[in-house]
Amino acid sequence: MQRRQFFAGMAAAAMLAFAAPGHAQAPIRIGSVLSVTGPASFLGDPEARTLRLYIDRINQAGGVLGRRLELVLYDDGGDANRARTFATRLVEDDRVIAVVGGTTTGTSMAMIPVFEEAKIPFISLAGGIEIIEPVKPFTFKTPHTDKMACEKIFDDLRKRGLTRVGLISGTGGFGASMRNQCLRVAGEFGIQIVADERYGPGDTDMTPQLTRMRNVPGGVQAVINADFGQGPAIVTRNFAQLNMGVPLYQSHGVASRSFIELAGAAAEGVRLPAAALLVAEQLPDNDPQKRVVMAYKQLYESTQNQPVSTFGGHAYDGLMILVEAIKRANSTDGTRIRDAIRATRGFVGTGGVVNMSATDHMGLDLSAFRMIEIRNGTWKLID
Amino acid sequence: MRLAPRHATLLLVLAVFAALPFLLPSSFHLRVATLVWVQALAAVGLNLLMGLAGQVSLGHAGFFGIGAYAVALGPRHLGLDPLLSALAGLVLSGLLALVVGRPILRLRGHYLAVATLGLGILVWLVLNSEVGLTGGPDGIQVPRLVLFGWRVAGAETWYWITGLALLLGVWLALNLEDSPLGRALRALHDSEVAARVAGIDVARAKLVVFVIAAIYAALAGSLLALFNRFVTPQVADFLHSIELVTMVVIGGMGSTLGAIVGAAILTVLPQALTVFHDYEHAVLGLMIILFMIFLRQGIVPGLVALLPRRAVA
Repeated sequence: MQRRQFFAGMAAAAMLAFAAPGHAQAPIRIGSVLSVTGPASFLGDPEARTLRLYIDRINQAGGVLGRRLELVLYDDGGDANRARTFATRLVEDDRVIAVVGGTTTGTSMAMIPVFEEAKIPFISLAGGIEIIEPVKPFTFKTPHTDKMACEKIFDDLRKRGLTRVGLISGTGGFGASMRNQCLRVAGEFGIQIVADERYGPGDTDMTPQLTRMRNVPGGVQAVINADFGQGPAIVTRNFAQLNMGVPLYQSHGVASRSFIELAGAAAEGVRLPAAALLVAEQLPDNDPQKRVVMAYKQLYESTQNQPVSTFGGHAYDGLMILVEAIKRANSTDGTRIRDAIRATRGFVGTGGVVNMSATDHMGLDLSAFRMIEIRNGTWKLID
Repeated sequence: MRLAPRHATLLLVLAVFAALPFLLPSSFHLRVATLVWVQALAAVGLNLLMGLAGQVSLGHAGFFGIGAYAVALGPRHLGLDPLLSALAGLVLSGLLALVVGRPILRLRGHYLAVATLGLGILVWLVLNSEVGLTGGPDGIQVPRLVLFGWRVAGAETWYWITGLALLLGVWLALNLEDSPLGRALRALHDSEVAARVAGIDVARAKLVVFVIAAIYAALAGSLLALFNRFVTPQVADFLHSIELVTMVVIGGMGSTLGAIVGAAILTVLPQALTVFHDYEHAVLGLMIILFMIFLRQGIVPGLVALLPRRAVA
């Protein structure tokens, strides 16, 4: 008996999932596939929270084009194959008009062909430059690329007159991609990468790599660490223990409180490029981003009971760019929305001021990154 | 008319395969069905190793990954045709199983499980770290399959291709079960000593089924990569290995139909359970636990045992 009820329940669940919902003055459906669970959940979770929070707020304020917004959000667990299945589902079954999401570069790249074929605008929240290079007609992204992080760091090095640089990177997706970009653009800034060390995702001690770096003939004048998560905290601690005596730069991948907590006192003096959101209060009042980042930070922190992260900010930017584009296009047609997104000029988001064009589907320049130094256990805006 | 169970299994799969396209409303559903066929193909192969021969493999996704990356890397680095690359993937996967299987199949139980686990992780490590070769963690594009000038595209086309591959796989697996090798494997499953006394070359029989299971997985991997036209190292990761083992176990060890049912459940349920939002994973876990409590031998053998006796002929 129990067993029969159990199967009946299962059948009901399956039918619920596959039943097509009815249509009234139909809401505008916006799709999203995020890595809310799995290894990239620290990115996907704030993104999902941000989308839910702001779609509710937009609906309370009367929706868009007089219609409610409806969010269809799936969790891919960081798996590219599952992301692609959900992407097909958003297009075929849920009939969304646009998609915000794709937490990692891998899941985004897996989904792009689906949305391109369906001519549905897709705003990715992942960092990889290959998402928008070469430009694909319906694909956009909001986060800064790792190439920009390299350029921002090199720019700062140049101002300090440092040219001989050691690079230490993780072998994970983020670290590997940023390493490639840094090696590629170093020459343009007159920077010489004299050491190129790597470490695996589970490594617990990077002293050997750093020691090798210290013993490079001619020495290094600064060290750059490209990675996120545990790795950079360990590098920072080892770096302090070895008393390397040169500046240490981290990437935007460590722009969260947990990095300072993990690295402790060793984090003092570490510099990193990051979005303005991280130092919202320190921005001068005439900064164009001040109002937007303060509003987002206050709303997020007061409703979600957790500190704001730049990753949620990317989702905010993506959603707002899309909503404004729908309003400007005055239509839910994919191609018209795409044209409107592409025409985005002077949009002030948490990641920077966005100016899209037919050849630039991200629309951020180096001014979007701020150089930040860790002082007294907190972020300090340098530039 | 009396149907041998193996014919009944084949007919049932054939009927479902032929009927589904008329019942499924959109290409999303066809895509899910295609994924079921692909995973089922790998699970049917693994079932030969686990269910029939009683040998555990916790690294089967490694072979799956080799097949998947073969069709991505062959055309890119060697200029090979995707179909030829897929074939190369099958051969490579089989060879790896042959070379590695010889020493590790001497191990039993937990030791064999750990050795295969290591093998799977090694494959994943290579795919994940050799960024220049494999594209690293962000994955790599797979070129479109072109057969004699025909560009293979569309969910429905892939549904038929993968379904036919599964049918072929099921047919071969069912035949293997009733072959001398199949009987030898069943014998060594029960007792290796007894099997050896009966004159069975235990080491060779295990090795052959290990190679066969690896080739099944590699074919499934190639099909998935060609169908998705994008592949990341996750196809070869530990979780995917566990997923394949789970398919075989909840479907029913030793039952080919069970492996397909297991693959269908683990592929379709996550899609059906999205209505539970945040509790999706908890519900999925709970259902697997319930299956294991109430249908201890696995779904297919468990349900067959529940049927009135006359229906089982």
